[in-house]
Amino acid sequence: MDLRPTDEQQQLIDAFSAMYAKESSPDRVRVAETTQGFDPRLWDRLTEMGVLMMAVGESAGGWGASMLDLALVAEQHGRTLGSAPLIEAVVAARLLERVGATTSLAQQLSGERLITIAVAPAGGGIAKMVPAGAIATDVVVLIDGDLVLAPIGADRVVPENSGAMPVADVAVCDGEMLATGTDATAAFDAALDEWLALTGAALAAIAARSLEIGVEYVKEREAFGQKIGAFQALAHRLADSAAESDGAGLLAREAAWAFDMEPERAPLLAAMAFAFASETARDATYRSLHFHGGYGFMLEYDIQLYFGRARAWARVAMSPTQAYRRVGARRLAATSATAAGGE
Amino acid sequence: MDFRLGEDSGDFRSEVVAFLDEHITPELKERVYRTGVSHDDAFTKALVERGWYAPGWPVEYGGGGLDPIEMLVLYDELRVHDAPTYGIGTTTLVASVIREVGTDAQKAAILPRALAGEIVIVLGFSEPEAGSDVAAAACRAVPDGDDWVINGQKMFTTNAHIGDYVFLLARTNTEVAKHRGLTMFLVPMDQAGVEVQEVRTMSGERTNITFYNDVRVSDEWRIGGVDDGWNTMTVSLRLEHSSGYASSLERLLRAGETWARETVDAEGRPRVEDPDVLEVLGRTAASLEVSRLLMRRSIWVGQNGMEVTAQGPMSKLFSSEALERRSEEWVEVMGPDGLRSYFDPTAPVNGELEHMLRHSLGTTIYAGTSEMHRNMIAQRALGLPRSK
Repeated sequence: MDLRPTDEQQQLIDAFSAMYAKESSPDRVRVAETTQGFDPRLWDRLTEMGVLMMAVGESAGGWGASMLDLALVAEQHGRTLGSAPLIEAVVAARLLERVGATTSLAQQLSGERLITIAVAPAGGGIAKMVPAGAIATDVVVLIDGDLVLAPIGADRVVPENSGAMPVADVAVCDGEMLATGTDATAAFDAALDEWLALTGAALAAIAARSLEIGVEYVKEREAFGQKIGAFQALAHRLADSAAESDGAGLLAREAAWAFDMEPERAPLLAAMAFAFASETARDATYRSLHFHGGYGFMLEYDIQLYFGRARAWARVAMSPTQAYRRVGARRLAATSATAAGGE
Repeated sequence: MDFRLGEDSGDFRSEVVAFLDEHITPELKERVYRTGVSHDDAFTKALVERGWYAPGWPVEYGGGGLDPIEMLVLYDELRVHDAPTYGIGTTTLVASVIREVGTDAQKAAILPRALAGEIVIVLGFSEPEAGSDVAAAACRAVPDGDDWVINGQKMFTTNAHIGDYVFLLARTNTEVAKHRGLTMFLVPMDQAGVEVQEVRTMSGERTNITFYNDVRVSDEWRIGGVDDGWNTMTVSLRLEHSSGYASSLERLLRAGETWARETVDAEGRPRVEDPDVLEVLGRTAASLEVSRLLMRRSIWVGQNGMEVTAQGPMSKLFSSEALERRSEEWVEVMGPDGLRSYFDPTAPVNGELEHMLRHSLGTTIYAGTSEMHRNMIAQRALGLPRSK
């Protein structure tokens, strides 16, 4: 085992960390809230740095980065609450590559189209709360058992929402058929696994950063003649979040690593990473916000930005409970496969 | 970054599992549970013969010379198999302290017999009035010629009734701050004035309260300096570096999964199709993976010269608290059948889950309570002020 990033991985982390510090400051995140949660300048910088090229293989004209590399970018995205469709666009590009939708993929890479993915299957002809649906040109959606690449029309409905996300309810009428039957569900599931792993990495980073914000605050604030961080009522709950946050970060990196190194474990670990990170981010943001006292409740303080996104980024797909059920099902599938293989 | 445990751990694990399948018989498991004594002479001898009694010790001391990854695999499987190793654990811990701070005569007298599995050394730290605040120990040792005379009580002296020595924390100076007036002794148990009284626990484990009434111990059996017992204790705490309960979570997960696969509900539906069961299964699998990662990281940082902050306490805190929580959830999701006792013939999966809940209660207390570990994390990892 080696938990140290390689030199290349460290360079990647440093480059994206520097870019996000500049292009996704709390001020910029607040400004983006006035434009449906989308910051076009940040998205331009991300595509210039090649996040979409990283996502696909060399045969498709990309750079063939590993899922772990993409997770390291997603961590920086979560840490600074990036207002751009990084994870959806990356996952959609990889899906288009796998199903051989060459033209659409080329247009995604060139920026001619922005293709997102509906992480929950559509019902009644409508894909609801599609992440990046408010700004994308097209959406990959599982509808009536088919996997379809559908254009997003002017009739999309963009709801105001608690995570300031550019989500939309999208009516699916026609589009490019990407896969049918079991191929469709398998392709969707594989994409969802990747989305869960990368979102898990982003959520783990949200947890880590919100914990830092909370710790900074309780080290400064005084009450009853001492720093409030000296009260065990606060310190112990932050200590729980510290252990959980470190665990979530390790698990998210392991899950992303597994896609390339132990692919048979990746679907299980991806669901786990997402479930654990979404609970951890939920609890860490709540604790840090609460320990700000009344200030945490004020929009002026950054911790509320983290509180909203810790929930919204995860919830467009599923709740922690649903995610743990997915883990349970994956575990049963994995142990059944091992038992069958051993006979 | 690389998350593989090690290239050869698969083969070594098979070796360990084969050994344990042979030696940990159902009869042995039941006897250990019924007596509450986590020590067995025959099993101990078998471990010694296999070279796994003190796996991490250098070969010249009679140790196994295993590398840290092999040790991790061995400890993991010992716990998954619920092997009776408590006495071995305390004996090798004290042997390690003697190896670091003991005199040559002490090393010669203790280490060969300890590593041959011939003696059992038990821990005498806690007292009825001093648990987490162990430095408040009141058990007195007063010099008398070349001897010390000991009077007092020790709590949770597990295996004292079969122990040869107790590693005893005693107060030798009442005039200084509490941490500075303590001394450690290795006291032979087989002498007048030592009384052992049985204490039964929630998990079924037998422990003891021990009484010391004018017990004499030669100054030759003082371990470390006079009034320097806190430092000697710290050595023993530092040696307990890889604490964590991932393997207990593994045992819980396997038992729960077996139950879920083998059981149907009143309508005949397999329990594995119940969303509540799937959720508990998923939560347990995730708790296990996180516990494994935190424990391996705590070992890895030490080996690789990375900054050691609170990785060890995070591993212990998270895994023990998760074990308690997940055990509760399994017992709840099993319904009334979850109440059937360990080794009761009617109990599903032999009542393993019922037992694990009771067992888990100790894991959040011994080797440092969760509250002490939260203090360590708050101070060392988060840089918060000392808290009370």
